[in-house]
Amino acid sequence: MITLVHVQILSAALFSIGLYGVLARRNAVLILLAIELMLNAVNVNLIGIAAFTDHGKYLGQIIAIFVITVAAAEVGLALAIILRLYRNKGTTNVDQLNLMKW
Amino acid sequence: MTGLVLFYIAGAFALGGAVGVVGTRNIVHAALFLLVALMGVAGIYLLVFAEFLALVQVLLYGGAIIIVVLFALMLTRLQDFTGSMEHKQWPVAALAAVGLFVIIAVAIARGRGAAFVQREGPSIRQLGESLFTQWAIPFEVASVLLLVALIGAIVIARSGGGEQ
Repeated sequence: MITLVHVQILSAALFSIGLYGVLARRNAVLILLAIELMLNAVNVNLIGIAAFTDHGKYLGQIIAIFVITVAAAEVGLALAIILRLYRNKGTTNVDQLNLMKW
Repeated sequence: MTGLVLFYIAGAFALGGAVGVVGTRNIVHAALFLLVALMGVAGIYLLVFAEFLALVQVLLYGGAIIIVVLFALMLTRLQDFTGSMEHKQWPVAALAAVGLFVIIAVAIARGRGAAFVQREGPSIRQLGESLFTQWAIPFEVASVLLLVALIGAIVIARSGGGEQ
């Protein structure tokens, strides 16, 4: 019998792994992939809550649909920005993209 | 009982894929590991009665996002990272990730999440009716957001027009 705790722990583990990826990787595309992992962890949490509680019957699933929409828009824009950065600076290493660093 | 076994299998795929994404040294492998993780998450959706979202997950992430990421990886040079793939701050990152997980896990364990029972999810028809009546305005805003992101991505990524 699956309980809400199982789903929440899985979501927390996915989110933590994604956080590690965002903080530890040097390639901008890999950081983007880790952000996708974190967004998916949020979706797992939302859908788990929707499946186990009575408040607002479809609310979790509806919000998850919007999260997926925003994630799709984010991936498209972020990859376009990364391509433009690569063309202008010749690298996708975030350590070398310090143009706006104070 | 069967549900729990299937949940563990899908969760193992999701977590294993996630570890692969942040752990592998090959960038293309990382994208493929992300596909494994996302399909595991789709399995989780199926097990908690979110069939429509499982379908969307497979179509959108498996079909679209991974392909776009692989295109981006092909267009940017892969040989850029001769040394370590990891930033030198990775121990701090690992500490932050483990700390966050412990904090959330303690909060979950102290909550009353185990008391809830699983219910049947909405049918696709109910989901659609809710989306197009109660959530119609956010739906339209999301459409405009996608259009803006599409135009923005084309303007940013097209060749020429930018200073070199």
